[in-house]
Amino acid sequence: MASNDANVTPGDVARIEVEAVNSRQHRSLYKARESIHPMRVSGVFRRLKWWIMGVLLAIYYVTPWLRWDRGVGMPDQAVLVDLEHRRFFFFFIEIWPQEFYYVAGMLIMAGIGLFLVTSVLGRAWCGYACPQTVWVDLYVHVERWLEGDRNARFRLDKAPWNAAKIRKRFTKYLIWLLIAVATGGAWVFYFADAPTLFVKLFTLEASVIAYVTVGVLTATTFVFGGFMREQVCTYMCPWPRIQAAMMDENSLTVTYQDWRGEPRGRHRKAADASLLGDCIDCNQCVAVCPMGIDIRDGQQLECINCALCVDACNTIMARTGGTPNLISYTTLKSYEANADGRPALPLKKTVFRARTLVYATLWSCIGLAMLFVLFTRDRLDINVLRDRNPQFVVLSDGSIRNGYTVKILNMEQKERRVLLQISELPDALMTVVGQDLWPSRTREFVLSADQVQQLQIYVAVPRASVEPGANSFRFSVTDLSGIEQAHYGAIFRAPEE
Amino acid sequence: MSEKKTDEVTGIDTTGHEWDGIRELDNPLPRWWLWTFLACIVWAFGYMVFYPAIPLVSEATPGVLGYSSRASVHQDIQEARVAQSEMISKVDSLALADIRNDADLLQFAINGGRAAYSVNCSQCHGSGAAGSPGYPNLNDDEWIWGGNLESIATTLQHGIRHPGDDDTRFSEMPAFGRDGILDKEQVKAVANRVLALAGQPHDTELATAGTELYADNCAACHGETGKGDREQGAPNLSDAIWLYGSSEAEIARQIHAPRHGVMPAWGDRLDPVTIKQLTIYVHSLGGGE
Repeated sequence: MASNDANVTPGDVARIEVEAVNSRQHRSLYKARESIHPMRVSGVFRRLKWWIMGVLLAIYYVTPWLRWDRGVGMPDQAVLVDLEHRRFFFFFIEIWPQEFYYVAGMLIMAGIGLFLVTSVLGRAWCGYACPQTVWVDLYVHVERWLEGDRNARFRLDKAPWNAAKIRKRFTKYLIWLLIAVATGGAWVFYFADAPTLFVKLFTLEASVIAYVTVGVLTATTFVFGGFMREQVCTYMCPWPRIQAAMMDENSLTVTYQDWRGEPRGRHRKAADASLLGDCIDCNQCVAVCPMGIDIRDGQQLECINCALCVDACNTIMARTGGTPNLISYTTLKSYEANADGRPALPLKKTVFRARTLVYATLWSCIGLAMLFVLFTRDRLDINVLRDRNPQFVVLSDGSIRNGYTVKILNMEQKERRVLLQISELPDALMTVVGQDLWPSRTREFVLSADQVQQLQIYVAVPRASVEPGANSFRFSVTDLSGIEQAHYGAIFRAPEE
Repeated sequence: MSEKKTDEVTGIDTTGHEWDGIRELDNPLPRWWLWTFLACIVWAFGYMVFYPAIPLVSEATPGVLGYSSRASVHQDIQEARVAQSEMISKVDSLALADIRNDADLLQFAINGGRAAYSVNCSQCHGSGAAGSPGYPNLNDDEWIWGGNLESIATTLQHGIRHPGDDDTRFSEMPAFGRDGILDKEQVKAVANRVLALAGQPHDTELATAGTELYADNCAACHGETGKGDREQGAPNLSDAIWLYGSSEAEIARQIHAPRHGVMPAWGDRLDPVTIKQLTIYVHSLGGGE
């Protein structure tokens, strides 16, 4: 066969229309991050962001250092999550593990609070209060201070690695790292006595878990604040998606008023000025955006509603004599009304609507209920667990005995003298393991401050004084120096026959 | 269904997937995501090298670190032993009564005793120490050999009727019926006498008949009023607790041919600290004297 085809010329070979699957014309499946260097901006919202950032950072770093005197033997840290002793201290409030529903209540309030804020202000959390936003803002500020504003930073990115660049970059990373260590370090102070742990961290005496926690939080702060930035919001965080589902046409969002901005144009010659909208296409709004997006493309997933573009646009408008608020916080309803030439809804109407009122009412009710429970909760409690193996013991004189594990909880931060007594079960007498005292119906105990006292108690009753099977009675504990009382309904079991 | 289109709003291609008019944009994945994915794969290979990973016929590949969960548990147990060593040495050096007077030591001894009890004692005395016919209930206040700390410790140490231990607790009641000391009617009479001593329902006539027989044959060990004698290991017959049952037939059977329980001498098998902990645990069950 080969000999027959030997005289075919290259031009005679049919060309097949095909393209390699990995040809350059195919777009890449992966996209490298494009660096965003937001330009410095000033204005109302930038000032608001500075204030919120300052307050939030101060709360985070300073809180563990606040002291609160609780008396001898109690921690004097105002806010402390004491995992070892299973206590949570918040100023005058102390939470025991069985009171964990307060934390559940706080989480429900936080949830409803976010619904409320989102339905009124949109993604205000993302733009102002989210730790990611706050720390990125801080990191960008450090970057700007060392490397200059937007254009200088782009230039430095492209510049070859010379001594100046290495020095600038090294300084920047060092400061970022210090902030990151301080951030991770502050976190562990919430879980132990801050001044003690602070010293221990430096003398290498702190626990491994403390160093690991500091290490992990240092790494995440450094990477998320320095390098990942908007990628965290766009790709990692579920909140933008959840919030998109919670906003409606009455929620405030940063909006470009395209009905008066378009068509945009830079050249404002007398001839065509009437054809152009208010936008002079200076791209300031894009340059200042920490997410690197163009708000004029409309509402989008990436927008964290920080309103820095509002500040940028208003600055330019003031300078050029244009009408301000071409970009502004607007509800979808007002935007549509404005676009149709109708007056916008007053803010009062968009804020106070059925949905927000329901959220606010729910939030307040739960808050009031929690406050009520907090100020009326028990600080003395008793738990009784009846021994089930054996159910009962017949004693030599024929009487019946049951065993109980009794736990008395003194949740006050002081020692208390209490009286434990049996009520209702006639002729019943108790003895306490470890106490060689005559059997009695009442017994006094001194409870240590903020402790659980566990007692092994035997209750014996003459056979004639109990019904066969289960007999109900109560263990009561009374504070001898106060008025507090606690009861526990227990069962005394006798033979069935 | 899977026709590729370009989304008019964003100008980005779609994957062609569409659900009720909702289309999926075909945005490129961030490159760091790819690196994270690759890093996870590298980590997985590293894990396979360092830790047990691939199951083979009889065991998994061991991994270069030589980690095993069993060795880890063993180490935890060793650490727990070291952590307990201070308490254990205190239990070892102090007298039983002193251990009981220290709330922490008492709790430590009770917990240790409970664990040792479950392993060594529960087979006969039951997991709740309630016993069964022939095996005494340790919760009650009736003690054949004494219920104070020292007596309980001695019983544990030397056992009951334990062959080979000279100090073992030993008592033997004659087989009055089987060996022909008493005839069947006399045994029945004595049984009713015993029921009368215990304040149980009985046949008055037979009990009266048994009074003298009891005084002649039983009172030497069990006492005139049936209070028993711990020195001799003679049980109290006048209370509500019966090792082999409280019916006339059960008592008669015990008089006819008594059964005698056996308990091992635990001093041969357990260390002194464990014996002490067991003593305090048994003493704490409610009948301790």
